Amino acid sequence: MTFSVPSSLEAQLDELATHYPVKRSASLMFLHALQEHFGHITDEAIEWTARKLGLQPINVLELVTFYPMFRREKLGRTHVKVCRTLSCALAGSGELREHFCKKLGLDPHAHAPQTTPDGKFTVEFVECLADCGNAPVVLLNDDLLPKVSTAQADEIIAKGKGL
Amino acid sequence: MSNAATTAPAPAAPPPVEKIRIKVDGRDVEVPKLLPNWQGKLEPTTMLQAIQIAGGEVPHYCYHPKLPVAGNCRMCLVEFGTPMIGPDRKPVLNEDGSPKIAKSVLPYEPSTPRGAIACATPISPGMELYPNSPATKQMREAVLESLLINHPLDCPICDQAGECKLQEYSVQHGQATSRFVEAKVHKPKAVDLGPRIVLDDERCVLCTRCIRFSKDIAGDDALGIVNRGSYNTIAAWKEGAFDNNYTLNTVDLCPVGALTSKDFRFKMRVWFLKETKSVCTSCGTGCNITVGSREGAIHRYEPRENDAVNGPWMCDAGRLNYKWVAREDRLKDVLIRGAKAGWNTALKEISAKLAAAPQGSVALIASARQTTEELFLLGKLARKLGALTDSVPRLGEGDRLLVNVDKNPNMNGAWLTGVAAVPAAGGRLGLIAEAIRSGQVRTLIVFGEDVTKCGIGTDLLAKLETLIVSDILPSATTATATYLLPGCAHAEKRGTFVNAKGRVQKFMKAVEPKGDARAEWEFLHELVHNVTGQNGFSTIEGLFNQMAAEVPAFSGLEWAKLGDTGVTVQI
Amino acid sequence: MPEQHKLILKHADSPGYTPDIECYVRHGGYEALKKALGTAPRELPDGKKLSAQEVVREDVKASGLRGRGGAGFSAGLKWSFVDRRSGKPIYLICNADESEPGTFKDRQIIHKDPHQLVEGMIISCWANDVKLAYIYIRGEMPHGARLLEKALAEARAKNFLGKNILGTGYDLEIYVHRGAGAYICGEETGLIESLEGKRAYPRIKPPYFPAVLGLYMCPTIVNNVETLCHVKHIVTMGPAEYAKLGTPNNTGTRIVSLSGDVQKPGYFEIEVGKVTLGQLIFDANFGGGLKPGRSLKAIIPGGSSSKVLKAGEVFKLNRKGADGQMTKVDVPLLDLPYDFDSLQGAGTMSGSGAIIVMDDSRSMVDTLANLSEFYAHESCGQCTPCREGSLWMAKGLHRLAHGDGRKQDVEYLSHIAQNIQGRTICAFGEAAAWPVLSFVKKFKDEFVARGEADEAAKSAGPSRELKLAASPNPH
Repeated sequence: MTFSVPSSLEAQLDELATHYPVKRSASLMFLHALQEHFGHITDEAIEWTARKLGLQPINVLELVTFYPMFRREKLGRTHVKVCRTLSCALAGSGELREHFCKKLGLDPHAHAPQTTPDGKFTVEFVECLADCGNAPVVLLNDDLLPKVSTAQADEIIAKGKGL
Repeated sequence: MSNAATTAPAPAAPPPVEKIRIKVDGRDVEVPKLLPNWQGKLEPTTMLQAIQIAGGEVPHYCYHPKLPVAGNCRMCLVEFGTPMIGPDRKPVLNEDGSPKIAKSVLPYEPSTPRGAIACATPISPGMELYPNSPATKQMREAVLESLLINHPLDCPICDQAGECKLQEYSVQHGQATSRFVEAKVHKPKAVDLGPRIVLDDERCVLCTRCIRFSKDIAGDDALGIVNRGSYNTIAAWKEGAFDNNYTLNTVDLCPVGALTSKDFRFKMRVWFLKETKSVCTSCGTGCNITVGSREGAIHRYEPRENDAVNGPWMCDAGRLNYKWVAREDRLKDVLIRGAKAGWNTALKEISAKLAAAPQGSVALIASARQTTEELFLLGKLARKLGALTDSVPRLGEGDRLLVNVDKNPNMNGAWLTGVAAVPAAGGRLGLIAEAIRSGQVRTLIVFGEDVTKCGIGTDLLAKLETLIVSDILPSATTATATYLLPGCAHAEKRGTFVNAKGRVQKFMKAVEPKGDARAEWEFLHELVHNVTGQNGFSTIEGLFNQMAAEVPAFSGLEWAKLGDTGVTVQI
Repeated sequence: MPEQHKLILKHADSPGYTPDIECYVRHGGYEALKKALGTAPRELPDGKKLSAQEVVREDVKASGLRGRGGAGFSAGLKWSFVDRRSGKPIYLICNADESEPGTFKDRQIIHKDPHQLVEGMIISCWANDVKLAYIYIRGEMPHGARLLEKALAEARAKNFLGKNILGTGYDLEIYVHRGAGAYICGEETGLIESLEGKRAYPRIKPPYFPAVLGLYMCPTIVNNVETLCHVKHIVTMGPAEYAKLGTPNNTGTRIVSLSGDVQKPGYFEIEVGKVTLGQLIFDANFGGGLKPGRSLKAIIPGGSSSKVLKAGEVFKLNRKGADGQMTKVDVPLLDLPYDFDSLQGAGTMSGSGAIIVMDDSRSMVDTLANLSEFYAHESCGQCTPCREGSLWMAKGLHRLAHGDGRKQDVEYLSHIAQNIQGRTICAFGEAAAWPVLSFVKKFKDEFVARGEADEAAKSAGPSRELKLAASPNPH
């Protein structure tokens, strides 16, 4: 599969780069857009970004590996990010994540993102999502879900299986 | 020629006038208010510089005087204090009238000293630095302990052993036991970073010297850190991608055994190496080097700091250009018409021939890779014989950092001694060829060049009565020589080169010559004496001083005063 | 009974209040901007003349506003450090990288009343001669980023932003910049590096003070979302009136985020120092008390980096007596006024205004292990003590929390933490060390008991199974 950025996306990114006096600043925004479009950040996406912004690929790889939101591997269509940090942990986020994992046949002890073999789900533990008053919270793709119960988790799974 | 030029780094900053009085471990010290930063620009003097001026030492990993300051290793944390200022904005005094010092402490825990990184913190008047206080020592010990918890401690098989800052500082500032009882972080080992560099990420202390050097000095932003936190790892975009002409400097810069040279690793324990001060011969820059040798074999070149020439760096091509010295086919024997002979016989015969040669019947081509002293002697000989002389130009690609377009290490030497044609070396080669063709030149003397590659083919050489050749390696020219005199690599003799900017730099002998080979200046000294009747010096010191007296450009120079970093002359 | 005082959140939660500009303008939005732009130059008694911008800057200083991001530093003073003579552009960055565990106040503003932030920012930019500004919002708030983009577009359309704002000749552009999951971007120089497209490595200070050498090595102001919103209210109310809110040196209101073991977790806007910790936790207007049958064990008072407070602690605080003299007064934990100075007096900090409550059902070992894992994950890894120490502490605590403890682990952990605090490039070192130092000190018995129990179990026989869960998360 050849790597190709649609011209509309490229135009959007070119405009974005004008927001900064120094193009390099647009790196994170480029990577967000490319990840949104391609699902994850490939070597080609890194090289493309570097070329567009006048950087070396290592400059971009440094970012992709530093900022955990960027992923080098393909993710599930339903991406479940369970908050791991204290307030959510006190409200049972550990059990919630284990519930997701067990229901989906994933290792309930591994923190790092795990994707189901059918490519439908990715479950991971993430650090504080800044909605501690609604603990435990889950970032489901782009949507923040408050006070998630195991029953809700089951609904998320049921819905995700149908996607 | 001023003597000051022998040691002073150039370009010399204007002498800083303003001084600051501080105390280092209780001793009064006066230090300049401003000192050169890594780029030579004057900036406020740092604690580290001040402590060095006071004769002290501040251990460090990330700091390097020729790299931008990073401040990440924290090894140079130093306890300090500043004069206390009262509510009236006036200094608070002790009973004896001395200024009261407020030691820097943690704002939230005033009983605990708060250090500052000496590499980046400017000093201020009245400041007191405590580079040897218990608090400073404790901070160092703690940093060292942290650096070692995930380190593999594989010193027995590590190439850096013996020149490793982790080892050195552990002896000075470390503890024998570690409290660490957790599992270590594992990182990539034996990473093929580039064609000349191997990286062991587990040994790396993440000081980022290699990254800063590549980006800010070599201009190749090829290295970075991937992952995060404790898992941080030095990397290039792809394995093998770290490939510019300066990569091996990162091996020198690496304070630990993370970056190693593919050429040198596992070859020799560094403590067995004899170190000899020398000069690189790969181009007209003349980077100062240290030759590392053992038992007659050269194992590595390393750059030797000289701010007037190469700073602390050198290029990879030059650094690795030592293997020819040990080539199997090195010329080792004196040959007369292809038959092995002794030096005495050969020199006697040559002397007789030259002494009898009519004026203008001899031509001389001497390489600008010969030493200045040798070129000086050859020039004398040529003048006596009324010989046409020249050198062979050797132009190539240069770069903006160190590599000169002139690949001859001593072009200026050849010019200043009058051997090479001006303004362009090689300008008289055509004349010489023509003179051989016409029969005017019957004897050709060649030092260190294969003239068949510069317009004097074997057909012309065949027309000569006598071809006297000295070289190090065989060539078409050496193959047709009437007299072949085996010479020495620069590492096998002493002498000077004059670099492209007119820096006269001496180099010392690291290893013995091969077989019967002799330093060219030694036998030239004899030859010149025989042919010209002039007595010369049989020591390199004497020879150099004689040359200085006779060659206007070198007027006033003395071998002893060249120092380790040379003297610049007008070219 | 103390109540909330809603200044920033006055409209946010009102029924029918929407984040669009029409709704904001209907509620008096952008009037403060107009007022600021119309500020008259002021002549001081000593004859010194202040420009309109200087007047607003002086007003912010006079209001006593302290940064709401965590450090609590005077906002006006921070502005006054800006190098205005360098000839370089001055940048302003809104720090919307809300990621201090326990904190969820800026989220409310961004999602419910984005124009308030935009207005506060425009005023602040104008007052500081800023022509280009950014909102650095954390990556995990994609909706928030979109809302802010929309708000900026709306403001542009109404000429509150862009070229020749409201005919004054002042040009300003503001862009939204998204982070991507790094807590360290909350540190202002880390944020600047991140905005420059680099790893968020905090810069060494000296020499890289943002006010002089910030974004692109130009003078830069970094202010928290809530702080910038307050600027709008200072302009509306005037500094004197604003300073009447709260308590001396702790003026205005602030939004407190309350989470953990309380009946009603949530956010509450209070006058600074007018409500106590105890009231925030127990009053019906606020947290509504602990879960039934539970008693208080510990409070993390200002985001997870602040030092923990133990139930029953009594602090000696400076109080001004009737005679105007400062005296030391005993103040029990729950009577601590929630403000900057009182919490500092109690040896901790109000930080980002986030309170996490733990009741007697909680293990302090497990709690601290959770926090340490956060800091190990979030350490940028630039400087040695934090890079090595944060994971070291997390590994030790993980071991202790999973049945392989030792009784000397208390000293072991505090030793590591002591060697981090005060020795790092940025305050993350403190953030990682303080929870460890305070937990093991204040709950030492619990930590020692855990280690002793593990040692006893180990010596009891080899048959015992070690229940080690996955070690701390590498990424």
